[in-house]
Amino acid sequence: MTIVPQDEFSTDRRKGISRRGVLMGTGALVVSFSLARHALAQQATPAPAAPEPPKLPGSLDDARRLDAWIRIDANSDITVFTGKIELGQGIRTALIQVAAEELEVEPGDINLITADTGRTPDEGFTAGSQSMQNSGTAIRNAAAQVREILITEASRRLNVPRESLRAEGKAIVGQNGQTIGYGELVSDQLLAVEAQPQSLLKSPDSLRIIGQSLPRVDIPAKVTGGAAYVQDLRLEGMVHARVVRPPAQAAQLQDVDTTSVEQMPGVITVIRDGSFLAVVAEQEFQAVNAMRVLQQAARWSEDAVLPNQNELPAFLESTKGDIGTVAEDGAGDFSGQVFEATFTRPYQMHASIGPSCGVALMENGQLTVWSHTQGVYPDQEAIAEMLGMNVEQVRVIHMEGSGCYGHNGADDAAADAAMIAAAVPGRPIRLQWMREDEHGWEPYGPAMLIKVRAGVGQDGRITGWNYDLWSNVHSTRPGGAPSLLAARHRAQAFPVRPPNFNISQSGNGDRNAVPLYVFPRRVLWHFVSEMPLRVSALRALGAYANVFALESTMDELAIIAGADPVEFRLRHLEDERARAVVEKAAQEFGWSTDAPANGRGRGFGFARYKNLAAFLAVALEVEVERETGRVRVVRAVSAIDSGEAVNPDGIRNQTEGGIIQSISWTLYEQVTFDNTRVTSTDWSSYPILRFSSVPESVDVHIINRPGQPFLGTGEAAQGPVAAALANAVRNATGVRFYDLPLTRERVKQGIGI
Amino acid sequence: MAISLNVNGETHEVDVDPATPLLYVLRNDLQLNGAKFGCGLGQCGACTVVVDGEAVLSCVTPVSLMEGREITTVEGLGTIEEPGPLQAAFIEQQAAQCGYCIPGMMMTAHALLRKNAQPSDQEIRDALMTNLCRCGTHMRILAAIRRAGELMQQAGAPQTDRRAG
Repeated sequence: MTIVPQDEFSTDRRKGISRRGVLMGTGALVVSFSLARHALAQQATPAPAAPEPPKLPGSLDDARRLDAWIRIDANSDITVFTGKIELGQGIRTALIQVAAEELEVEPGDINLITADTGRTPDEGFTAGSQSMQNSGTAIRNAAAQVREILITEASRRLNVPRESLRAEGKAIVGQNGQTIGYGELVSDQLLAVEAQPQSLLKSPDSLRIIGQSLPRVDIPAKVTGGAAYVQDLRLEGMVHARVVRPPAQAAQLQDVDTTSVEQMPGVITVIRDGSFLAVVAEQEFQAVNAMRVLQQAARWSEDAVLPNQNELPAFLESTKGDIGTVAEDGAGDFSGQVFEATFTRPYQMHASIGPSCGVALMENGQLTVWSHTQGVYPDQEAIAEMLGMNVEQVRVIHMEGSGCYGHNGADDAAADAAMIAAAVPGRPIRLQWMREDEHGWEPYGPAMLIKVRAGVGQDGRITGWNYDLWSNVHSTRPGGAPSLLAARHRAQAFPVRPPNFNISQSGNGDRNAVPLYVFPRRVLWHFVSEMPLRVSALRALGAYANVFALESTMDELAIIAGADPVEFRLRHLEDERARAVVEKAAQEFGWSTDAPANGRGRGFGFARYKNLAAFLAVALEVEVERETGRVRVVRAVSAIDSGEAVNPDGIRNQTEGGIIQSISWTLYEQVTFDNTRVTSTDWSSYPILRFSSVPESVDVHIINRPGQPFLGTGEAAQGPVAAALANAVRNATGVRFYDLPLTRERVKQGIGI
Repeated sequence: MAISLNVNGETHEVDVDPATPLLYVLRNDLQLNGAKFGCGLGQCGACTVVVDGEAVLSCVTPVSLMEGREITTVEGLGTIEEPGPLQAAFIEQQAAQCGYCIPGMMMTAHALLRKNAQPSDQEIRDALMTNLCRCGTHMRILAAIRRAGELMQQAGAPQTDRRAG
C-alpha cells in the first residue's frame, strides 16, 4: 500500500483492504452491504459485473444498513452509532441534534456511541472538517428513514392512512390519540434493511433542534472532574509505562544496560526491541524515575540527517520530484504591472496541551486498545500489522484526548501501549507520553515554499497568475504499521513507505492553492518526497500557507491597482456565497479605507475551504510596536457560511478557536532543529500565544443556509487569518512579510528599527 | 512514607515516595481527574490546584510539602449535579473546546477570585499568564471568569471552598 495524499478523511482509499462487516454491540455480526459489494466485484471473470448500488447520502454509502446507525430496543431506548469522534469540536452534540430532530425525540433521548471497532461503522478518520458532511448527513438521513418506517409500520398495524399519523415522544400517534411506542414497532428486525437514496427530511421551517445552540453534552463532566479523557481511564490492576525515544530523528540504540533500572522500586520490566525502549512500573512516578535512569543508560548512534533550518526554502526547492498541474485555466498575458514574490512556512506542530496517551490490555490473545486516535479502524489495522495479529484480534476503542488538530501522537501512543501490552499480557498498560515525546515526535505540518507571479492590468483586473508550490505530502496515514513510531523503531522494523503523489479535488499540500477568484491561472505542485522530519496532517493541511500566499498577493495587487482590498476581492469574485461572507465580515468590522491610527493596521482574508466547503472571511485590526517588532491583534471579525447550521454556538466556538490558533501559528510558531535533533522540545522552545496577547474581541457571524448541505467548520479560519494578519501588518508598517511566522525579530528587522 | 493530605476538605492518608509530585498522588492515589498532566515542567498550568489559597503547579510540587496544607482541586468547586459558581459560569459560557486545560484555568481563576471578586480584564489576563490553551478558547475563558465573579457577587458572599459532608 502506498500513501496517497487524497481525501485523507475518506475510507475509500482503504476499500478492498479493510472492508468488513460492522460488529455490533450485541455481538451479532452484521455484514454490511459494502462488503458484499466488494465480494461481488472480485468474483470470477465470467460473471457479469454487478450493478453498482445507488449512491447513499454521506457515510450511509459505506455502511448501508439503517441498524448500523440507529437501534431502538423494546423499551424505546434509542442508540445512535457514529464512526466519528469527539475531539473538542462538539461533534457529539451536533450529531445528537440531527438524530433527535429527525426521530422527533428530545436530545436527551439519544444515546450516542462514538468510534469503536467493536461497535460502530467504519468512517475512516475524523478529519478534514468532514464529520457533519459524512456522519451528520448519514445520521440525519437514517433517522428520517427510520421515522418514516415507523410511521408506515404503525399505519399498517392501526389500519389508518400514514398521513393521519405523526411521530412524537418516542411513539407514533394517530389523530384519535392511538399511540404505539417506537420500541413496540421495531420488534421484528424492522430496521435491518438497507437505506434508501432519498429521505423525507423535515422542512427547514419545521426544525426544533437543528439550528439551536444546544449546550455541549461533554462540558459539564470536563469542568467538574468527571472522567472525560483516555488519560482518566483507570482499569483494575493497571500499571504505568513510559517510552524512551531516540534523542535524534535517525538515532539507533547501540547499547543499554538495564540492570540498574530493573532493580528500581516498582519496576516490573524493561522492554527493548531494536530501538524501541520502554519501562513498566507499578506506579506512575516510579515509571517516570525509571525512564530517566534508562535515558541515561542508553547509548545511541546519531546521524546528521536534517537539512539546515536556516536554508529550508533552498532545501525544498533543491529536491527533484514530480511536478503536478493542479490547475491550468487560460494562459494569462500578464499585461500591466507584474508582482512576484516568494512565501514560506516552517514546520509547525499540533502541540496538544495533554501529551498523547494509550491504554492497552492483551488478554487471551485478544488485544484491546483505548486511544484518542482519529481513526479506530485504520489504527486497528496498523497495530495488527505491527504485532502480526489478525485485525479480528485487535479492538480499538476511542476515548477523548487533549485537543486534536490533526494527526498527532495519538496513534503512536496507542501503538506503544500495544507493544508493551503484548510483552506484559494480562495487565492493563497505561502509556503516557512526556512533553518532550509529544513535541519531539509528533508528525509536524510540513514546511512549504510558494512562488507567485501575477499581473494586474490598467483596468484593475488580474491578467495572469502563476503559482508554484513545493511541499511534502500533508498526510502520511493510514500508512499501516510503518506509520507507527514503535513499528519503525523495533528490530524487525517496518520501514517508512515512500509517499505517492496525487492531485485530488479537495487538495492536500495544494489545498486552496487554486484561487476561487476568476482570472487565468496556472498552479503547479513540485512534490517534495524527501521527509527529513516526520510530517502529516495539521489542521487545514496546505490551505494554511496557500491562503496566506494567495491572499497576501491579492492585497499587493490591490495596492498596485490602487483599489480597496475588499472591493478588489469582490471585483474578482463571482460566487454569491463567497461574496456574502466577504461583505458581511467587512460590514461587521466597519471596514474603511481611512488611514489607520498610528501603529495600527487593518487586514482582510478570505477563502472557501478546499474550494468546496465552508466560506470564511475575516478582518483584523493589529497594533505593531515599532521598537520591539511585537504584533498584537486588537480585534477580529469574521463571517462564516458552513451550510445549514446545526449548532450555531458550536460553529462560533470552533471558529473563534481557529482564529486564535492561527494567530498563534502566524506570530510565533516554528519547529526548530539542528542537523540531528529537533530542539523544540517544550513550551519555552516552542512558544505559543499567551493570554497577554489574546485580542480584545473576536466576533464570529454565521450566515445560516437552511436546507443546504452541511459544509463543516473546523479548519476554515486557519488560512484566511494568517493572510489577514500579514495584510494588517503591511497596512500598519508599509512592509510586506513573506515568511511565517511574523516573529518580533523579523518584524523589527523588516521595518528597519 | 505515610503522608496526610487535606484535599477538598477531606483528609487522606497516602503511602508514597515523598518526592512524588502532588499531581500523581491526586490523579492516581486519590483518583481525582481534575488536575491534568500537561508538561511535568511547570510550563503550561494544566495541573494547577489551589493550596492555602494560592494557585500551585502540582506537577512540580513534591507531595511531602503538602502535609497540613489545604488543597483544592476542581472537584472541590462543586459537582456535576450541583456546580459551583465557577463551574456554572464555564458551562453557561460554553468555555471549553477539548477542555483539557480548563480545570487548570478554573483553579487559577479560583485563587484570583478569592482575593478579588471583581477583577479587571487585565487582572484576569495577568493571572492566567502561565496557563496555556491550545484550542483557542481564550475569549470564552475570560468571559466565564468575569461571569463567575458576577455569580459570586450575586450569591452575596465570597466563594469558599466546598467542604465534604
